[in-house]
Amino acid sequence: MRLTRHRLLTATAFAGLTLGGPALADDLTIGLKSEPSSLDPQFHVLSPNMQVALSIFEALTTQDPTGAVKPLLAESWALASPTEWDFKLRPGVTFSDGSPLTAADVVFTFDRVAKVPNSPTAFTLFTRKIASVTALDDATVRITTTVPYPLLLVDIVNIPILSKTAASGPAPEGRTTTEMNRGEGLIGTGPFTFVSWQKGADLVLARNEHYWGTAPAWDRVVMRPMTNPAARAAALLAGDIDMMEDLPTASIADFRANKAVNVVSAPPARSIYIALDQERDDSPGIGGAGGKNPLKDKRVREALSLAIDRAAIVERIMGGAAVAAGSLGTGTMFGTSPAHVDAPRPDTERARALLAEAGWGNGFTITLGSPSGRYVNDARVSQTVAAMWSRIGVTTAVDAVAPPVYFKNRDALDYSAYLGSWGNNTAEIGTTLTAQLMTYDKAKGQGTANGGRYSNPELDRLLDEASGTMDDAARKALLEQADALAMEDYAILPLHFEVPSWALRSGLTYAARADQFTLPQFVTTEN
Amino acid sequence: MLVFVINRLLQSVIVLLVMSVLVFVGIFLIGDPTAMLVSPEATDLERQMVREALGLDRSMLVQYLSFMGNALQGDFGRSFLTGQPALQLILERMPATFELVIVAMGFAVLMGVPLGMLAGMRPEAPSSRAIMALSIFGFSLPTFWIGLMLIMVFAVQLGLLPASGRGPTVEVGPLKLSLLTLQGWYHVALPALTLGLAKAALLIRVTRAATREVLPMDYIKFARAKGLPARRIFGVHLLKNIMIPILTVSGLEFGQAIAFAVVTESVFSWPGMGKLLIDSIITLDRPVVVAYVLIMVFFLVILNLVVDLLYMAIDPSSREKVRD
Repeated sequence: MRLTRHRLLTATAFAGLTLGGPALADDLTIGLKSEPSSLDPQFHVLSPNMQVALSIFEALTTQDPTGAVKPLLAESWALASPTEWDFKLRPGVTFSDGSPLTAADVVFTFDRVAKVPNSPTAFTLFTRKIASVTALDDATVRITTTVPYPLLLVDIVNIPILSKTAASGPAPEGRTTTEMNRGEGLIGTGPFTFVSWQKGADLVLARNEHYWGTAPAWDRVVMRPMTNPAARAAALLAGDIDMMEDLPTASIADFRANKAVNVVSAPPARSIYIALDQERDDSPGIGGAGGKNPLKDKRVREALSLAIDRAAIVERIMGGAAVAAGSLGTGTMFGTSPAHVDAPRPDTERARALLAEAGWGNGFTITLGSPSGRYVNDARVSQTVAAMWSRIGVTTAVDAVAPPVYFKNRDALDYSAYLGSWGNNTAEIGTTLTAQLMTYDKAKGQGTANGGRYSNPELDRLLDEASGTMDDAARKALLEQADALAMEDYAILPLHFEVPSWALRSGLTYAARADQFTLPQFVTTEN
Repeated sequence: MLVFVINRLLQSVIVLLVMSVLVFVGIFLIGDPTAMLVSPEATDLERQMVREALGLDRSMLVQYLSFMGNALQGDFGRSFLTGQPALQLILERMPATFELVIVAMGFAVLMGVPLGMLAGMRPEAPSSRAIMALSIFGFSLPTFWIGLMLIMVFAVQLGLLPASGRGPTVEVGPLKLSLLTLQGWYHVALPALTLGLAKAALLIRVTRAATREVLPMDYIKFARAKGLPARRIFGVHLLKNIMIPILTVSGLEFGQAIAFAVVTESVFSWPGMGKLLIDSIITLDRPVVVAYVLIMVFFLVILNLVVDLLYMAIDPSSREKVRD
């Protein structure tokens, strides 16, 4: 066999080789790309933490693979008033220690959220609209919100229910984060129970014998952090692990051709876009424009959008592991404007004409800020966009830097244009638009990620109205209108949605999820 | 002698101070840890609250002084990411790295010294040339590549050894050790080989050079003339006299490997300190990075001191120099 170095580096040269003997049939070992920062389900809003929490615990509601909200511990719910939600708990649910789930556990759980100290991102992120949580009886919980809040159901997906008895303690928050990292108080209703955790190494879970739902296929689950993607791939091929997260785009084709492994992809969710400074006249990254900011002209923004060949980026840079975007929301997302689901076609002629019409026929220069190593192939995508912009006369230089430096520059508004990314966990475009394009207002907490400082009173009004509209159809119409308005104003230039992939040994499959979580209960054997 | 040790320790205090300033200021200048830590969905007010809770809203000087004040009392602060004491995070990972490096260095010395002596005694023999050629590969190939090659051959193709992790651990007091089990040795084999190959190659070259230097010496000739058995000549007279460069290089390489085994650790998903350092740098988890660097500087200073003391044990002439 002739091996080129590149292929070895990406650890994919061994297509067609048989795998080493798999572990016991009922053991599942997963190679994670990063490990949880804590096992306390209320310590840090971070994907690796959430996916472990959602294997051991369950919340009142859950999301299906596309992101739609489904009942879980709450069997049903009803609105007593626009701000009062009554959740009926599922009967017959017990914790892994055998004790029954009651409304007191739910109240305790929500009560603990704000009390967890030292949290890098507290779960109050999901409870900030909640005024109170009370038990109406043993099986009914009332959640009162401060304002009519349609997103409550998707917010509480992130608040898994703890057992009051197991998680109580002398500290204000009950069991402390340190205790939970040791496994104390980790009693949930989920399909798995905690066995052991050695930081930097294996986290071991076992099947919950008291589980109320369909029993998972695995007796034991081992989650092993393996930050290096080539090492994960090699370990999968060697049979050390049964499943790996985050297959690198460069390996997807080789893995698909390999009969010993099975590749699954999630619905697209994370959006990659380019934000443009539309506030300042003297924007730091723009040159040759006589102190003016061409990006404030809609025609220039449209020209920049038309210059980008999104399909080519998806195919050549992303290896097909992405979907070209016409909006910040995917086609299946609630509130995405149907007219903007498909990515716009590139048209360099029209782009040049628009630039000339706007008075920039001789072009200008711009620096495109980009992280290097934060998002999939981020720096290469930026370089490609720069080449495409340069082709229509906007000479573009890429400033690709390490993620911490990129974030610092971005937050200091040092970029006139930058490549950014946004993950939407609500499956509703409203949260994305509110963060990305609503007028920046620190006190109101809107436009928090609006690095281009785009501002449009009409868009603000539509989003404001949508956020308090409880009727789904009416809210959907408002959001679609808002999305269309923003896209037609070229407020931001969406590029594509990342499509995350998992690889499993053949014979296994995974119901891959838009939220990108790796949840062992949804790994099953193929028949 | 005592003065020598005290002098060295005093010097190390200065080195530690300088390092703490460099690392602290360096990370401070890179960026704001909250940009990496806090969920992008958090509002600026929520972000501000985290900044205040972590003490990041204060000036750099105040942050540094309060850090140093606590550090002098043995408290390196809490990791921004996990909320755990930084020192504890590092100490938890330390046994894994030490196990890996000790096995790797053991391999390097057992391979490197005999092969280097062989190559030095008969420099023109084909076997010696082969050894030297191999050693060039040993330290010119990148560790990363060697690691993946070994995984490909021994784990993927032959299925003999595991490609990742450390295996089950046995608790010995507060330490979790994996070398006490057979599984542990299986797991350490490939990473130790990866890490040890380059070190072995270096030791071959050092030993060879030293051997060639010592062989023509009068006392070796005299020993031969006296009719001493080859075993005694090489095993005692030669080995003793080439020990100093070998010890120097081994000591330095050992320290280097402990502090920066990170490439090997990430290729083999070995749960050691190197991986912790890289992860912490990426997330700008300053307490962990600063604590790590300070511990490593201290460790290297002590290691050098031990090497120097060993010189004195081996080489009486170096004791004279110390007195000056």
